[in-house]
Amino acid sequence: MQQSKRWAWLKSWEALMFIILCAVVVANLRLSEHYLDLNNLANIFHLSIEKSLVVLIMAFVIINGEIDLSVASVMGLSATVLAERYDAGWPIAAGFVLALFVGVVCGLLNGLFAAYMGIPSLIVTLAGSIGYRGVARILLEDRSVGDFPSWFTSLGQDGIIGPFHITIFVFIALFILGFVILQYSVFGRYVYAIGNNRAAAEYAGINAKQVKVTIFMASGLIAALAGAFYAARLGNVRANAAEGFELDIITIVLLGGVSIFGGTGTMIGVGLSLLVVLNLRNGMSLSNVDGNTQTSVIGLLLILSVLVPNLIQILQRLVPRLFTAISRILNKGGATEPKSQVSVHQ
Amino acid sequence: MHRIRRWVPLQRLREFSLVIILIIVVLIFGNQIDNYYTPRTFNRISSTVALITLVAVGQTMVVLTRNVDLSVGSIVGFTAYYVGRYVSKNEDMAPLMLAVLAMGIGAGMGLINGLLVAYGRIPAIVVTLGTMAIYRGVLVEYSDSKSVATRQLPDWIKELPQESILKFGEYELRALPAIALVAVIVFFFLLLYTSLGRRLYAIGSSPEAANLAGIRAPRMVTLAFTMCGAMAGLGGMLYLARFGTITVDAARGMELQVVAAVVVGGVNILGGSGTVIGAMLGAILIGTIEQSLIRMNINEFWKDALLGLCIIIAVTVDRILINQLTPWWSRTELQRMPEEPHAAV
Repeated sequence: MQQSKRWAWLKSWEALMFIILCAVVVANLRLSEHYLDLNNLANIFHLSIEKSLVVLIMAFVIINGEIDLSVASVMGLSATVLAERYDAGWPIAAGFVLALFVGVVCGLLNGLFAAYMGIPSLIVTLAGSIGYRGVARILLEDRSVGDFPSWFTSLGQDGIIGPFHITIFVFIALFILGFVILQYSVFGRYVYAIGNNRAAAEYAGINAKQVKVTIFMASGLIAALAGAFYAARLGNVRANAAEGFELDIITIVLLGGVSIFGGTGTMIGVGLSLLVVLNLRNGMSLSNVDGNTQTSVIGLLLILSVLVPNLIQILQRLVPRLFTAISRILNKGGATEPKSQVSVHQ
Repeated sequence: MHRIRRWVPLQRLREFSLVIILIIVVLIFGNQIDNYYTPRTFNRISSTVALITLVAVGQTMVVLTRNVDLSVGSIVGFTAYYVGRYVSKNEDMAPLMLAVLAMGIGAGMGLINGLLVAYGRIPAIVVTLGTMAIYRGVLVEYSDSKSVATRQLPDWIKELPQESILKFGEYELRALPAIALVAVIVFFFLLLYTSLGRRLYAIGSSPEAANLAGIRAPRMVTLAFTMCGAMAGLGGMLYLARFGTITVDAARGMELQVVAAVVVGGVNILGGSGTVIGAMLGAILIGTIEQSLIRMNINEFWKDALLGLCIIIAVTVDRILINQLTPWWSRTELQRMPEEPHAAV
């Protein structure tokens, strides 16, 4: 009994992700001698730091039983607002604050329609993803705005400790914050309870609508922050900034063991899956694999990660049945000993 | 009044209101754009709508069973490319055989989705999010980053979008919308009047009840995905005919338009209700708005913002109207009688 408890964690999703991560890291080490360069290690994170940030809040959204397809558009819109205001002569800090505010408003709209109007969030945020991107197009049309002040672009381009940018430390801080809130705070427990069974949570006195709106607003805020970082890293902004990022983000969250139906998943699992995806992409880039093929490998990993445990479950049910069937056939041959067992079944 | 309520189900009312919205939209655009009511406008809108409609019809079946297929954009892109490459090597291929080939490839891809969802027990959104990336990756590998060019195609496929089937004066029904219309009619009858169709509705309304009624849900869900894939495959061939030049990015993002059309058309994303006619009306509404905004020379960049706004308004209004109307609509004359005196007091 004790032994089975001691090894129970091995069956968990986090363990599976950890094993895959080890495999990916070993494969990368063998593939390229540049993998362990400090610059490459920093690059693994820098190139997808915006997605990584949004992954954190997307975990909350999906565990809560909703989905937010509009994050990429909010990222694009926030970058666009920032750039457009800078172009109009505002100081960049003011544009940054306005961009964050716009993100929160987008999240609020999503939340109001999804939680209070009762429209499935898949539809609300689908409309949002088209609409917010549309607003970005209205603002910038087909222009490209750049030439940001150097202190702003250095946020996303220059290291502060070694080659590591400040954005990585923001990510680590937010990861720890997200971990504590999700696993150890009352609010985090509410998120799980609502995701598990909304009706039951409401009977228990949890204000599900309020929690959902809060999470959508936080999602808008983080997406806007990520959009601003994106502008800082690239140094110029077009209206199609961050297009298509939502799929990568959702894939990482689901790969982290979060159920699309809500209620299960942990921050550690999401963190591990983020490391798996980033390292996998880095390894493939180091061996010159095309970007679309990289995405399809991650898609395959996503499907397999859910399919394999399901198949094992099905096999676990089928194998004993197969055994009884075989023993029955054998018994018909005249064996007497297990006959009592068969009669029990009948 | 009760007679109307009895003979017009709520679903028909929903479609009727879509038609009214469509007429209002057309009148507004007609007011704003010079020369709007011309055959040229009609043809341009109808060939855009045809593509979305065809794929939306397949998507409707999947959505009816409480699933969603996000990989249709990649299926359309892959079949468009594969068929284009194939027909440029075998120029004497019969058009019908080519359509069968396209639908076969699409159906194969849909079958993979369906098997994974129904027998692998993976949520549809996870499967199709994955296969969307995989099919696109397969296309990129297969294409070797070369594109299909219009000049490589045989003449009949280039002329297909200009072919007219029926003519009413200057207004003509061209081949693409005609194919889409045939698909809508076929699937309309398939869904409403065959046991296959009713079983799809049953699974979407209540999986447990459908199971107790002896419906083999996994088999039906697989079938729905396969048919959706086949329609997307046919859509791919028409995409090839319409655009001619196919790059690896063909039809990227089309899934969003298709899901939007289905949802605006009143098909419940939670399964069990909605019709193909609704999906077609949704596609027409979205296609009309999109194409007309391109014509409107004030600012073409307003297109997406207005489209998003339209979807959310359509869904919200639909929600409110249906919620308000359902009790009133389903109340019969007999139930109403005893309440009258109280109301008078």
